[in-house]
Amino acid sequence: MIEIRNLNVDYFGNSALENVNIDIPFGYTIGIIGPNGAGKSTFIKSLLEVIKKRSGTVRVEGKDISEYKRKIAYVPQKNDIDLTFPITVNDTVLTGTYPNLRIFQRPGKKERQRVEECMAMVDISDLANKQISNLSGGQLQRVFIARALAQKADVFFLDEPFVGIDLVSEKIIVKLLKQLREEGKTILIVHHDLHEVEEYFDKVIILNKKLIAFGDVKDTFTADNILNAYGASLGNLVIKGMGGAEND
Amino acid sequence: MIDYFSSLLNIPIYALNAGLSAIILGIVSGVLGSFIVLRKMSLMGDALSHAVLPGVALSYILGINILVGASLFGLLAAILIQFITSRSNIKSDTSIGIILSSFFALGIVLITFAKSGLDLTHILFGNILAVPQSELMQSFIIMLVVIAIISLLYKELLISSFDPVVSKAFGLKTGFYHYLLMMLLSVVTVSSLSQVGIVLVIAMLVIPAATSYLWTNKLIHMIILASTIGAVSGIIGVIISFRFNLPTSATIVLVGVSLFAISFIISPKNNFLRKGVKQG
Repeated sequence: MIEIRNLNVDYFGNSALENVNIDIPFGYTIGIIGPNGAGKSTFIKSLLEVIKKRSGTVRVEGKDISEYKRKIAYVPQKNDIDLTFPITVNDTVLTGTYPNLRIFQRPGKKERQRVEECMAMVDISDLANKQISNLSGGQLQRVFIARALAQKADVFFLDEPFVGIDLVSEKIIVKLLKQLREEGKTILIVHHDLHEVEEYFDKVIILNKKLIAFGDVKDTFTADNILNAYGASLGNLVIKGMGGAEND
Repeated sequence: MIDYFSSLLNIPIYALNAGLSAIILGIVSGVLGSFIVLRKMSLMGDALSHAVLPGVALSYILGINILVGASLFGLLAAILIQFITSRSNIKSDTSIGIILSSFFALGIVLITFAKSGLDLTHILFGNILAVPQSELMQSFIIMLVVIAIISLLYKELLISSFDPVVSKAFGLKTGFYHYLLMMLLSVVTVSSLSQVGIVLVIAMLVIPAATSYLWTNKLIHMIILASTIGAVSGIIGVIISFRFNLPTSATIVLVGVSLFAISFIISPKNNFLRKGVKQG
């Protein structure tokens, strides 16, 4: 379980998240949804201490999250990275094994074997020796998913993994995430498209600067909660699988 | 040993020393420069190499090892630049400009105090013909230490340069590696003082690494090629400067930048001839 208590985060002097309290249970696929600027990316970045919290605590299995971070794989948005860095697909996936290596320790045969497996799982083995700026958006996202797999993590944080990718890549990634979920992994996904919420997730966290709602999709992904988070900007939208009242 | 080679090759000792120190500096700055270029810290590197000046002067005045004084001021400059950027809305290029010039000015004032023995022109522009044996040995040891540290921490330096966000997320102390590189940079600046001087150190760090970057798709290849280019332009620069009686440091830099220009045009990775002007 990930216990988040009184999480407050500032972003360039403005409050980005206020007083968020959630207990996220292990073993589910959980969507993080909310309008643009709701603090969805900020939320996971602050959990992982990539950006500073103003206050609050994050504990995993009873311990501070800093002791658990090796077991969490993080796939940030693609534009967070320098694609012109001199690195091949193979070596990018290999960096996924680094969190489990000691200081001074070099990746060995076992790690390289693991990289082969992970590249095969997302069907990028034939791209192994390409420099990463030569890939399409979908191929690149599969590289980063393979890197996350190489980490042998228990928890996965993915920030908008389906943005700017082709249908084939999306199918491969969705299938893989389902498989991970069946293996008992915990997956948190920042997601902006309301249409696939019911299909992809067991639970949703609805955010807009503060926690609007958290729970099972069928109880939580309701018109009331969505209107509450998005305000009037959505209009009278009908969304497949959305529970609750006035979907007429 | 140097004497032996000197008589064997029939080259004067000072020329052999100059050639050797050009090779050593070329190798070490290729290794370190690759990280400076990839971390987009060229400007920072320039600032740091200037910021060691007060350390050099103070070491001389107090009679302590020049490496100690220079590293201290190099690190202090890196910390202050970070401090100004994080505690205000001033952007990093501006805070780099402030620290670079003020440390440099302080250095000039301090050197005037100690003027009996320190020659500002030598520190600023180097004098490769006057590299003493002891300094050559010191440069060699610094090269070995820098290569050893970078080899041992290669994977941490790679991931913190390539993907600092994910590095932080899995718990890597990225700040430590930043300051480690800043410290190595200060030390290398000192070891290159006699050869190229403070003003042109940045050229040695950035030009071979940038040239190598145009040819390679792997970090390790980039580092090895940058070191090779650094050493080759060093030795060619020394030979040309001896033959035509030109200032050595400037000649080395011009040789380096010629290699860069050729690479820029013909490297398949840069693809300049076919694509012409880069769009957007």
